[in-house]
Amino acid sequence: MTHAPDAEQARPPIESVDLADAWSHTPLVPAETVAGRALAIVIAIMTFLAALTAGFAIVLADASREWRGDVGLEMTIQVLPRAGRDIEADAASAAKIAAAFPGVAEARAFTRQQSEDLLTPWLGSGLDLSQLPTPRLIMVRRDPGKTLDEIGLRSALDSALPNAVLDNHGAWMQRLDTMAQVVVGAAAGIFILVLIALALAVGFATRGAMAGNREIIEALHFVGAADGFIARQFQFHFLRLGLRGAAAGGGAAIALFLILGFLSRHWSTSASGEQAQALFGSFSLGFSGIVSIIVISLGAALLAGLMSRAIVFHALRGFFGGKD
Amino acid sequence: MVRFENVGLRYGMGAEILRDITFDIAPRSFQFLTGPSGAGKTTLLRLILLALPPTRGLITLFGKDSGQLDKAAITALRRKVGVVFQDFRLLDHLTTYQNVALPLRVQERDEASYRAEVMELLRWVGLGDRMHVFPPVLSGGEKQRAAIARALIMRPQLLLADEPTGNVDPSLARRLMRLFLELHHSGTSVVIATHDLALMDQFDGARRLVLGDGRLHIYD
Repeated sequence: MTHAPDAEQARPPIESVDLADAWSHTPLVPAETVAGRALAIVIAIMTFLAALTAGFAIVLADASREWRGDVGLEMTIQVLPRAGRDIEADAASAAKIAAAFPGVAEARAFTRQQSEDLLTPWLGSGLDLSQLPTPRLIMVRRDPGKTLDEIGLRSALDSALPNAVLDNHGAWMQRLDTMAQVVVGAAAGIFILVLIALALAVGFATRGAMAGNREIIEALHFVGAADGFIARQFQFHFLRLGLRGAAAGGGAAIALFLILGFLSRHWSTSASGEQAQALFGSFSLGFSGIVSIIVISLGAALLAGLMSRAIVFHALRGFFGGKD
Repeated sequence: MVRFENVGLRYGMGAEILRDITFDIAPRSFQFLTGPSGAGKTTLLRLILLALPPTRGLITLFGKDSGQLDKAAITALRRKVGVVFQDFRLLDHLTTYQNVALPLRVQERDEASYRAEVMELLRWVGLGDRMHVFPPVLSGGEKQRAAIARALIMRPQLLLADEPTGNVDPSLARRLMRLFLELHHSGTSVVIATHDLALMDQFDGARRLVLGDGRLHIYD
């Protein structure tokens, strides 16, 4: 008869040990039989990608909301140069009509110089634009607390000034809205694909773990373990792995967004920084965005646990007899 | 307790390895299941344990038709049956104590409620000083006794033992057999699968179920 190693002999008698904690937490599926580290890395990468996709979608959706909010409060009256009409006088009277209209907070006519400056990005600087028939613009800002009768304003302008056109930026906003929806939709699609890939990876790992532990599963069955009990042993394992991986992936995504937010604020003074900020806002996720990433990470861990449970249940149906 | 009626079993499209098996196991009975190696003793035990569905015939376990049982009912019935596997099926990463307590843990019972009982049983099978030891460092005989203790911890109504003396010396084999007899006298039905004729001869009065050529012959 062999004897226990010295370490075994050195242990205190069983009566003096509080076994309850140790025993109830001893995993029945040995940890080393599950491809744990590789799967945790896969889950971390998948969670990172899912959080990144969701984060960018949130940033874009926020930016799009800001654009629409800003642009939606503004309208433009364009006064076109016509033969026989004094464009300066027309611009002034258009601004006056608009400013007096209920629901308008401010109507400000651009000066000739300001209107010509708007052409500089296209025509270049240093040109004499005085000979060009440059339209004059009047920026109209709505009063957010009041309703503006756009049709009434349009007809008031039409009757007083035949060369004035009111643009409420509707077509542009429509395009912006569509673009934002497409981008957010694509992000949602990628997000779902990443989650499917995560579920499949966990599924393969669970099948591998089950195949490697078939004898243990069989022994558990024969000593009277219910399918639910066995499934919980695997679920616990994969949930723990999922939490580890998701914490790493989600944490990395949050760190990346914090760094990008810091950099975008730092570079916002440069021309390219301004453009990026105009397009993506401040690149800051905000509190709700960070909470979303944490929820996504917890969801990924939960998905890992539930997927493994479902796979185990499905596999146990094939292992042994009995109707479900 | 267990009733087989014209049970047949085949794997896939192969020939039947068990044919027209008809027998019953009465409460408080003691029997040997014997036959040459490969005759199907382990397979028959697996059928009794409802680990395999029969290809034909009727198996009744504790009065329930096995074909009508759902998973939960099978689990409940298995808890009335203790099994000693030929290869022990001890979990190597659990200590002897934990292995023996496994049937109670899978029922999610509080450990404090069964600790004393498990320790007492371990002492009874002579493993009182081996509770903390993991199966890889146990001898064949110790593993055998740990497996028997695990099968007995639930006080089963039926004990199935597959070659329980196959890995031990004759003296330990006799001790184990005395243990099974003691269990039988305490009211448990016992089925011992063995091809050890000498062992069976020591218990001449016991019923013998003999498997040969896929058929079962009963000698009461």
